[in-house]
Amino acid sequence: MTLALSIGWGSTLAIKTIVVLTVIPLGALILGYVFLLKMMSHMQSRLGPMDPGGFHGWYQLVGDGLKFLQKEDVMPAQADRRVFAVAPAVVVMSTFLVFLVIPMGPDLVVKDLDVGVFYALAVSSLSVVGVLMAGWASANKFALLGALRAAAQLIAYELPLLLAVVGVVIQAGTMSLQGIVLSQQHGKIFGWGGLGEPFLLTQFVGLALFLVASQAELTQTPFDMPVAESELVAGYMVEYTGFRFLFFFIGEFGTAFAFAAIAATLFLGGWAIPGVHGDWANILGPPVLFAKLMIIAFFMFWVRFTYPRLREDQLQAVAWKFLIPLGLANILLTGLFKVAF
Amino acid sequence: MPTIPKPKLPGLIGGLGVTLKTMLRPAVTVQYPHEKESPAPRARGVIALKEENCTVCMLCARQCPDWCIYIEGHKEQRPPRREGGRPRSVSILDRFDIDYALCMYCGICVEVCPFDALFWSPEYEYSEFQISRMLHDKVKLGEWMETVPEPEPLETGAESGKR
Amino acid sequence: MSTTGESPVPSLTVERSSMRHLADAQVGVELDTGDMILNLGPQHPATHGTLRIVVRLDGERVVSADPVIGYMHRGYEKLTEFRTYPQVTTLINRIDWLSSFANEVPFMTAAEQLMAIEAPPRAVYIRTVLTELSRIATFLLFLGEMGLQVGALTPAFYGFRDREYVLNLIEAATGGRFHPNFNRIGGLKDDLPWGWIAECRSTMKVVLDACDDFEDLVLGNEIFEARTQGIGIIPASVGAGYGVSGSNLRASGVDWDLRRDRPYLAYPEVDFQVWTHPDGDSYSRYWVRLQETREAARIVLQCLDQIPSGPIMAKVPRIIKVPEGEVWVETENPLGQMGYYVISKGATGPFRVKIRSASFSNVSTLPWLLRGVYVPDVITILASLYFILGDIDR
Repeated sequence: MTLALSIGWGSTLAIKTIVVLTVIPLGALILGYVFLLKMMSHMQSRLGPMDPGGFHGWYQLVGDGLKFLQKEDVMPAQADRRVFAVAPAVVVMSTFLVFLVIPMGPDLVVKDLDVGVFYALAVSSLSVVGVLMAGWASANKFALLGALRAAAQLIAYELPLLLAVVGVVIQAGTMSLQGIVLSQQHGKIFGWGGLGEPFLLTQFVGLALFLVASQAELTQTPFDMPVAESELVAGYMVEYTGFRFLFFFIGEFGTAFAFAAIAATLFLGGWAIPGVHGDWANILGPPVLFAKLMIIAFFMFWVRFTYPRLREDQLQAVAWKFLIPLGLANILLTGLFKVAF
Repeated sequence: MPTIPKPKLPGLIGGLGVTLKTMLRPAVTVQYPHEKESPAPRARGVIALKEENCTVCMLCARQCPDWCIYIEGHKEQRPPRREGGRPRSVSILDRFDIDYALCMYCGICVEVCPFDALFWSPEYEYSEFQISRMLHDKVKLGEWMETVPEPEPLETGAESGKR
Repeated sequence: MSTTGESPVPSLTVERSSMRHLADAQVGVELDTGDMILNLGPQHPATHGTLRIVVRLDGERVVSADPVIGYMHRGYEKLTEFRTYPQVTTLINRIDWLSSFANEVPFMTAAEQLMAIEAPPRAVYIRTVLTELSRIATFLLFLGEMGLQVGALTPAFYGFRDREYVLNLIEAATGGRFHPNFNRIGGLKDDLPWGWIAECRSTMKVVLDACDDFEDLVLGNEIFEARTQGIGIIPASVGAGYGVSGSNLRASGVDWDLRRDRPYLAYPEVDFQVWTHPDGDSYSRYWVRLQETREAARIVLQCLDQIPSGPIMAKVPRIIKVPEGEVWVETENPLGQMGYYVISKGATGPFRVKIRSASFSNVSTLPWLLRGVYVPDVITILASLYFILGDIDR
């Protein structure tokens, strides 16, 4: 960092902690407001919130959050108290841990691990544990069934997620996210380096797989059968109210933010703008990453609001019989091209 | 299976096109209470009473399916119009209440009134916080007369002015 | 997986064990090793009203299903014994509240037949137009909410949005959006206001565009097809045996439409096609209703071209006393076949009215239809049958 300050490692750690802790809820809020409240509303020919905060209802989610905070903390009598209380925290914690490796600039990353991508995917599947804990501790038969279904779905779709990413790793030659961004920035398309080489161009199958798998990881339509159990009964979140429900909500949208950020980093080039290096990249990096992830999130939410939901067995069939073979074929082709060219 | 001959994109893409198209068009929401839609002139909003026409015949109260009209009246004697005639008896309306908490807005009372004392008005913003205030007495019903629209012209081909 | 017609005669024997479980069906049952009872209770987003279905599950599959109706019973047939004909009309509106005008028509036709009066041709045409408008309004709601039950959020909003235009038309003519109360013995209450016909024509164009949107958004969607094709097949013989009528029967391949086969109102004067589909599953029910919405818009446009001038009301006495007699009138309502059996003893009100409602018979297929399906498919089947609780319970 070429700033004129020298900061000790303790203060750096504190700054990074504060940044991560604020970025997640803020990102969840922004995604929730722009896509869930406004984009969904306009796709449904209506306006969404307009009054709270005066200007197009920007304050709506903040008000909702405050409302949740002042609610009574209700716990079922037969619930397992400690597990019940900790489960939402586990789900949210996995989201926070993912952000440790996402780079926002050449130097703006909490810790650039050499196994960055591997770590990010491994940690994001911790939320399955949280879901199972929530379902079990609720002492509600239907919550348990919903949690088991959700766990089956989340585990099944981890594989296509991983296979989609392996193609990118082969092409970049490294698992570190910063390395992937740099290889996209310095890459060349048929010898022309003006645009860098976003992996979108060659890994479009991988991007499609990643988007579909992350829809399923977030239990969003068309894969939201565990959560739309509220057709029949409620899902694993049924016994949660107030502050704990707010955690699940932040977890859901925070994870959407995280997956969109990872997709933007892997396929669109992350913070990189071709030709911009050094300090300017540190300043422009976060907005560029934000813009790219909003594009990805737009597609994710666009699909969410348009399609009906798949039944649980159809969902599993799509994962095992269609997506995984496609992912394996993608890896094969990527490997061949990498060796040949 | 009978098909409609029309070239289609794969259905998943077509659906996305519909939502995108709708997103780019303006929303249809009318932001009540900042903007208000005006209902059709014939809309059954509230019933207005023209007291001078009412002869306390009680037809409306009898025909109401919900029995939500409360009428009280008495007869008074008036002096005869000419010398040597009989005194005339006139019906005076004491009380004419419509309970809008019961009213189902069917319009039978307006229709059966032989003296055209009841009219429909498209006003609809008279909600109250207390149910007792939903009982409109004859003064309030008289005030609604200002909102009654003029009879509108009928479509071509109708017999004018008849039922 | 889903029900396939094994024998042409539907099995109507009631299993004793399912009756026993009806008695102790409850929410929140202890986890025992036998079958689990799920109460799709009277308050549920999927049952379109206060319908209760007691479902016995074996894992994911339904073993038996018993619908419990009556939560919305209002005693219509008793109420009509103490009301005059105009008052009964206000009640009749509220049986099937989504297509209220279509409910009034058979009842008024029955009274007119007893009085041996015919409504003038202009009234007959306007009645046809308003009946078809109510059919469009009901079906737009169906097209939207079936998408909602299957998981897509947006079609529901499109259905309600486009329905508003039709309801505005009905309000401009009759004064009420949902409960027009517009039919009278001998004709209609009022004539149409100025400019209504032009407004109606442009609204029909909006409706046809909306149907194209629904076709792209819902019907053509491969996920929707996967969720609804092959689900809830009603074979034609089983459907006819249970008294299923309307679009549900036509979706099973039976070519039967009262508008064409026992014509009433102005239907003999217009050209329209009766749409059938051979499959009989939930997808075909959606498909048939989509085509019928388009057909209804075309019928309206034809009627608007042909409306004759003239009076709106036949000559009727001031105080109407319907002479003695009995009559049965049946019409093709949006939900199915609706019939009224009216007995009159010469008074100002009917002596007895028996209401044959379509949804009652449609819902009676549920125990047969829901055997062996998956739990999410129960929702799909309920949505595709399209019943209204006011129509079932009256």
